[in-house]
Amino acid sequence: MNFKENIKTITIDKPLKLDCGKTINNFPLAYETYGSLNKEKDNAILVFHALTGDQFVTGVNPVTNKDGWWSYAVGPGKSIDTKKYFVICANVIGGCMGSFGPGHQNPETKKIYGTDFPVITINDMVNAQKNLLDHFGIKKLFSVVGGSMGGMQVLQFVSNYPDKTKTAVPIACTSSHSAQNIAFNELGRQAIAADHKWQDGEYSSKNTIPDKGLAVARMAAHITYLSKKGLQEKFGRKLQERDDLKFGFDADFQIESYLRYQGSVFVDRFDANSYLYITRAMDYFDLVKQNNGNLSNAFKNTKAKFFVISFTSDWLYPTQENKDIVIALNSIGANVGFVEIKSDKGHDSFLLDVPDFLKALKNFLDKSYLEE
Amino acid sequence: MKSEFKIISNLIDKNSHVLDVGCGDGILMEFLIKEKKANIRGIEISKTKVQNCIAKGLTIIEGNAEDDLKQFPDKSFDYVILGQTLQAFLKPEKVINELLRIGKQAIVTIPNFGYWKVRLHLLLKGTMPVTKTLPDEWYNTANIHLCTIKDFVNFSKTMSFKLSKSIALKNDQPSIITNSNLNIKNLSSNLGIFLIES
Repeated sequence: MNFKENIKTITIDKPLKLDCGKTINNFPLAYETYGSLNKEKDNAILVFHALTGDQFVTGVNPVTNKDGWWSYAVGPGKSIDTKKYFVICANVIGGCMGSFGPGHQNPETKKIYGTDFPVITINDMVNAQKNLLDHFGIKKLFSVVGGSMGGMQVLQFVSNYPDKTKTAVPIACTSSHSAQNIAFNELGRQAIAADHKWQDGEYSSKNTIPDKGLAVARMAAHITYLSKKGLQEKFGRKLQERDDLKFGFDADFQIESYLRYQGSVFVDRFDANSYLYITRAMDYFDLVKQNNGNLSNAFKNTKAKFFVISFTSDWLYPTQENKDIVIALNSIGANVGFVEIKSDKGHDSFLLDVPDFLKALKNFLDKSYLEE
Repeated sequence: MKSEFKIISNLIDKNSHVLDVGCGDGILMEFLIKEKKANIRGIEISKTKVQNCIAKGLTIIEGNAEDDLKQFPDKSFDYVILGQTLQAFLKPEKVINELLRIGKQAIVTIPNFGYWKVRLHLLLKGTMPVTKTLPDEWYNTANIHLCTIKDFVNFSKTMSFKLSKSIALKNDQPSIITNSNLNIKNLSSNLGIFLIES
């Protein structure tokens, strides 16, 4: 892929000890920024992306030429107002948009890492991104914000760096990845591994990609991001460019055609091995276990003001799992607000045009920014 | 400003840690922040009202007092306020117990069903009373456990919690409720405000 010139990267020379035991250093971290850092350096928001996101939060993504993944929420005058705030977002390590990942070359063997890349965790991702604060000379962020896996990073960030942010907004996420979610991730990984072109992860050196497997993984995952009601309303049993059933296995139904399309465009922008690594990081995420069974301990040293948001139709990270975070915070008297947004758009609600969500996020940030 | 809010404000100390249960649009919360620099949280069940509170920069948790108070540790607030909503709960006893568990003190206000206008309405018209503090018809009211000031005083004895202060409100004029004037206040007042503790 020829997009390197559009990607800003810093090299992290400080050694980073990973949860798996290995240490990495001199590794690249790709990032993008929006808006400008003020003189006091108190208006920075670190946005964490979800499983298949990247650092190109808003505007036009220079690699895909499509709108950034959070264009509804981030931009001038939007919920995360880039006229007011300096927005930073980094590609997670293990990713495939310029940060250190399985598509990089192993300097020792001169081979592409593939599955020799160390298994990384949400904790590792957050520790790598903390270096951005030092890079920009930011002592304390105004906020850390993210949905889904981004929300997990928000929780981990506050736990690791309790005095490094004034506010924290975990959205549609969990403190401990559920069996159901591990199951869906495993389905995706097995779809990739079942594609003979995956070649045990060494497809790059054989000039091929496991596109079919990765597309199936994406199709299965995509269903989990929507709701039954949303699918029914958008597609129902509508047929795809035909008047009647064809008694075959082409895409008769619009929903089939839609999923196939989602799968096919995904393989153009995402790396199969990164998909394995990042889903693994999500599965390993268990902030409850990290704190010996008491989630409150993760937050006992922070004065950050939290705002937890969930969505009624999100069955992947349901309201109760988000509420568990609220309960853990309340039980130690932390400053936490919570709202469940009514939406039929499923887990994807946080990425879409859901006015009640966008309004709540904007109001929380803008009012909190004015507080001492 | 509603005189009910002024009385509540007079009952709490400056810089107190307060929870407003069923905080609505957060008008009382804003008032207590301004008047008493209260460190205040709200719980509200209506999504629209939660949004209104967020827009005011208030710390609000969407939830239901009957299910969501249990997350707060014992005595985690100086005051827990329950404004004119006790009568809407399925189990008022359970809610009162929770208020007294999580708050060092609680402030409960009730629309008085013993108010003479309410009594007269039922006596003369023979239909369920509809007044300023009880504006709904019997079939669409959320108020399933209405009581009088006297009922609440008796309730405090049954439940053995302490009435630290009992105030009656009549046409926005407050007065102290005592054992000797209870029957009069129960007839003449439209609202009761109680500072209670276990």
